[in-house]
Amino acid sequence: MTERAGAEASALSAELCMSNCITFRDLTLGYNSHPAVHHLDGTVRAGSLTAVVGANGSGKSTLMKGITGILKPISGECMVSPGTRLAYLPQQSEIDRTFPARVSDLVSLGLWPRRGLLGRHLAEDREAVANALSAVGLQNFEKRPIDSLSGGQLQRTLFARVLVQDADLILLDEPFNAIDARTITDLIALIGRWHDERRTVMVVVHDMDLVRDHFPEALLLAREPVAWGEARQTLSAENLLRARRFHEAWNENAGWCASDDILAPQGPALGAGGSSRSRDAA
Amino acid sequence: MSALYDGLIAPFAEFGFMQRALGGAILLSLSACPVGVFLMLRRMSLTGDAMAHAILPGAAIGFLFYGLAIVPMTLGGLVAGVVVALGAGFVSRLTVQKEDASMAAFYLISLALGVLIVSLRGSNVDLMHVLFGTVLALNDEALTLIGIITGTTLVTLAIFWRALVAECLDPLFLRSVSRLGPPVHFVFLGLVVLNLVGGFQALGTLLAVGLMMLPAAAARFWTSRVMPMVLLAIVIGLVSCVGGLLMSYHASLASGPSIILVAGAIYILSTLAGPRGILGSRIRPQRHRTA
Ligand SMILES: Nc1ncnc2c1ncn2[C@@H]1O[C@H](COP(=O)(O)OP(=O)(O)O)[C@@H](O)[C@H]1O
Ligand SMILES: [Mg+2]
Repeated sequence: MTERAGAEASALSAELCMSNCITFRDLTLGYNSHPAVHHLDGTVRAGSLTAVVGANGSGKSTLMKGITGILKPISGECMVSPGTRLAYLPQQSEIDRTFPARVSDLVSLGLWPRRGLLGRHLAEDREAVANALSAVGLQNFEKRPIDSLSGGQLQRTLFARVLVQDADLILLDEPFNAIDARTITDLIALIGRWHDERRTVMVVVHDMDLVRDHFPEALLLAREPVAWGEARQTLSAENLLRARRFHEAWNENAGWCASDDILAPQGPALGAGGSSRSRDAA
Repeated sequence: MSALYDGLIAPFAEFGFMQRALGGAILLSLSACPVGVFLMLRRMSLTGDAMAHAILPGAAIGFLFYGLAIVPMTLGGLVAGVVVALGAGFVSRLTVQKEDASMAAFYLISLALGVLIVSLRGSNVDLMHVLFGTVLALNDEALTLIGIITGTTLVTLAIFWRALVAECLDPLFLRSVSRLGPPVHFVFLGLVVLNLVGGFQALGTLLAVGLMMLPAAAARFWTSRVMPMVLLAIVIGLVSCVGGLLMSYHASLASGPSIILVAGAIYILSTLAGPRGILGSRIRPQRHRTA
């Protein structure tokens, strides 16, 4: 009896894991008690491809840091389904470019989830590194010292590292900065491939046309989520206008937020898997 | 031929104290030089210096109670070094103070305390021993201790190598795939303390850091990969030790400073002649390739 209930429960949780990769529950992230992402609710489905859009300072990078766990929530929860392998390409990497390393050394860091601290790197791993480099158009760059790369080449190298990581959840924060048009096309194709492989991908992008053409879903942030859902609907003129009204600077003397007075975000396309309203209803 | 033998081999072949000094120096080079390379790559070269000073009060307290005895002074130095490293680490993580500034604050306090304690009891000669070491008077106890430190360091480096490289190269990435980042930092600081304590038997607190940093800094000018850099630093350390010991033997100079000065000479040579040094980066190629 109990055994069966247990089996059912685990089947249920497996199902949940299958469907939801990330669950936000009233998530508030920020710095020095000022919110940068305010009361976010909803879920990111496993295998979905979501563009995260919003003005400068609207909390996109903060949300990414929250998902990776680098930034702890002020309140609420951000749950990544257990066992998810995560790859994160930060907006500002902390790479020490003067460090004596070659391109292949940097890309090989992506083997960490597979080989860890002590596992030997095998021939197949070296092959994976070489394949990843040629996938981003950097074949024969293995031996180049990293301080000799151009900005765009370094960015592609980091993309290659994400490839090597072979992750279930991929977070890319403004990956197309300083990248030429041709390479963007290549990288978009790569993201499409990840989507086809049923990996969950979230990408911070500024180019709205790019989002409309290549991303099925979008999350529009302005500290609060303004809209979240099918990309073209989310990026409607009305929603974009509402997002633009957001004040970037936070007020040093702003009052304390009581979670009851949440300004529940509105819009037709809200919440891929749920919103503060639907949670209230539940 | 026999002049060569007299000059280079005989001092070590004929005198037990020179053999011990050589043994100690080899062990120290094997472990301190790789640690120095990582200190340099983490831009913490001056941290080594600060830690060397920080060890002093601990060693001094050992000295206060037991005189010039190796085990109490070593343990004291170890404790003091760890306290300062952890203290500075925590202050910089919990406040706005950067690690270098908090390290400077801690080591200055530590140094003043150390000199004060030594002067409570000892003569100036004792103070000189503590500050500048006595590589020519290494006994079995000291050699064993240095051997243990070398073994511990090499094993730890081998285990944490990948994490150390990742932590220097891309700390944010390491944090996104593993929780090892902060522990590795402290393990590494532990190694720094351990090697400085090991070195201070031979070279004294002030010069121990020289054998750590100078070969590493010199090796940087010759190669652009970590492993070769580490190996080269070890070789430079060994050459400095042998050269310094011979110099001190033949010219009756103080041994510790001689070793460090040979390393210093190699460093200056490397800044000039190394492929990544001053000349190497100034000489303009006359021809260029098509692509
Ligand atoms: N480390 C930090 N400390 C304090 N405030 C920060 C920090 N990082 C970002 N912020 C603030 O948080 C808000 C959101 O920033 P961010 O998430 O980086 O925006 P973006 O959407 O442009 O990526 C901004 O107002 C920014 O000033
Ligand atoms: Mg950002």
